[in-house]
Amino acid sequence: MTGTVSRQRAAAGLALVLLAAAAIVFPVVFSSPVITNYAIYALIFIAVVTAWNMFSGFSGYISLGQAVFFGSGAYAVGIAARDWHINGVGVFALLPLAAAVGAVIAVPFGLIALRVRRHTFIVITIAVFFIFQLMAYNFSFTGGSVGVAAPFLPWSPTTFNDRFYYITLGCAVVAVVLAVLVKRARFGLRLRAIRDDEDRARGLGVRTMRVKLAAFVLSATITGLVGGVWFLYLTQVQPPSGFDPLFDLSLVLMAFLGGLGTISGPIIGALIIEPGQLYLTIRYTNGYLSEILLGALFLAIVIFVPRGIVPTAGEWLRRARTRGKPAVPPASQRAPAATGLRSEEPATSDEGRSRLKRRPGASGKTERAGR
Amino acid sequence: MARQVYQAIVDGILVGGVYALMAVGLTLIFGVLDIINIAQGVLVILGAYLSYSLETRLHIDLFAGLLITVPAMFVIGVAIQWAFIRRLRGRERTSMTLLVTYAVALIIEGILYEIYGPDPKQLNASYVQSSVHVFGFYLSDIYLYGFALALVLIAAIYALLYRTGFGRSVRATMQHETAARLIGIDVNRVAALTFGVGVAVTAAGGMMFGATNAFNPNSGYDLISRLLAIIILGGLGSIGGALAASVFMLTLESLVDIWSPEWAIVVFYAVLVLVLVIRPTGFFGRPPVRAQ
Repeated sequence: MTGTVSRQRAAAGLALVLLAAAAIVFPVVFSSPVITNYAIYALIFIAVVTAWNMFSGFSGYISLGQAVFFGSGAYAVGIAARDWHINGVGVFALLPLAAAVGAVIAVPFGLIALRVRRHTFIVITIAVFFIFQLMAYNFSFTGGSVGVAAPFLPWSPTTFNDRFYYITLGCAVVAVVLAVLVKRARFGLRLRAIRDDEDRARGLGVRTMRVKLAAFVLSATITGLVGGVWFLYLTQVQPPSGFDPLFDLSLVLMAFLGGLGTISGPIIGALIIEPGQLYLTIRYTNGYLSEILLGALFLAIVIFVPRGIVPTAGEWLRRARTRGKPAVPPASQRAPAATGLRSEEPATSDEGRSRLKRRPGASGKTERAGR
Repeated sequence: MARQVYQAIVDGILVGGVYALMAVGLTLIFGVLDIINIAQGVLVILGAYLSYSLETRLHIDLFAGLLITVPAMFVIGVAIQWAFIRRLRGRERTSMTLLVTYAVALIIEGILYEIYGPDPKQLNASYVQSSVHVFGFYLSDIYLYGFALALVLIAAIYALLYRTGFGRSVRATMQHETAARLIGIDVNRVAALTFGVGVAVTAAGGMMFGATNAFNPNSGYDLISRLLAIIILGGLGSIGGALAASVFMLTLESLVDIWSPEWAIVVFYAVLVLVLVIRPTGFFGRPPVRAQ
């Protein structure tokens, strides 16, 4: 039994190393800026969806206000560079500012929005989002509808995309590593306890407001930082691009497609949807057809893979692995084999199936965290 | 100055009546199906385009055209519910329905762009430009007619809910779905018809919106965010709350508009946030029952 576990772990490690190597050599192999542009956007979205998932996926509070932090990070870098006259590569020193701005905005935002749940929470995040978009339009320091332009980066066009590729890769890796750490820590268990049953979690001693707010701020910090990077890459931000309602919905869609609350789900979702979306926008410049196709894609995902690719695929794998094995071992074998069977619980039994639906990893650990 | 303020209040109440109509549909759908219909905004715009087509192609009067567009929107509503929303179950239903209705909104918006293009349109009729002078106020005819229409339709919805057997089923489903099912109410049928009614009122709302504003397929987003603010402020699922909140918010917006048109809409959302800090269930909302 331990042999298979360590072999699995070695295989996973090897896959990770191969993936890292592939990610690093990617721009060397595909040097065309058209291709790296796709990759950069995919990486930006991997980082942001992972950050979104860190709060919304783990806690079950679906936020449609993530663009608030993304846009604010972008504007923070742009306005600071303009007003403090920072030019050239020095603008990258402003990225911590973008992260800090995201965090600072998230505190009052969270204190207000996290008092309410479900539908009301979603609508509050939409309202705050619109307040920010309107502020970006109406304040003078944000440049109104013209927006803010980034200072010129003294990089040749051939290396520009490659450098941004590695910067966004760094962001994505940091976001994913943080998500893994959060998920494995007690903090992550508390978040999932809130998702499963907030009142019960509170009854069991989880300080729900504090936990939710901490996750919200962490998620906002990463998003603000990535917003700053995105701004430097695109070299400009306007109110409708920095605070884009489609951005929020894309995040939710990517997380749902991959699998809400998982680590690999948002990555897979971002890798599938973002290049597709970008392709459609470039291909059909009038945007109408791409909108219809995007809507149809939304519907298809929600109807055909409502639980996301990762959980669905996981279930298929389990089913394939346990096919042919009896759900309940025959009475003659049961007694002696009972201890040996413990670790490969029959996934097709009723108990196994119901636990599968409730995501065994999450709910099983939650109960432990509660006690 | 004082005269401007009074005029703003009167305008706010009149426009508020039309918003109330659209918000009642949304809050009714929420109350019965426990979902937020993001597509409501674009459905209003669809209603406006239907009126536009009837008026420009067939020269049918805006109000007479409602006899065609309201049933048409009812059918569209029932179809959306039957095709997509009925299927959604499970713990992520809240966010799933949000995605589904948003997807529907995107598709409708794209189709409207394909057919009508991005140029803003406005509905025209003899009474759109004219106005009457009452007690020193200028009231445009379209606002008065629209307000009257909204009152009639809201009264009709009230009668439907409180004077018919179907209304009793709807209210029972709003109170407790499982209990309603147990006493023999066909909850699926109630859900489909309620969705249809909630969408049907957008035909009237859309006609009014189109007659008083220039619109293009993209106008639905601004509208849905306002309607969401209104129904949350009124308390989700509360019809009286939706009426009160519509009039309150639109009056407030039209008052702030005197000083600063740019910030009027921000005040709209800021009030929502402030009210929810003090009272998280909105004006007339009931505290949520703990889900088991």
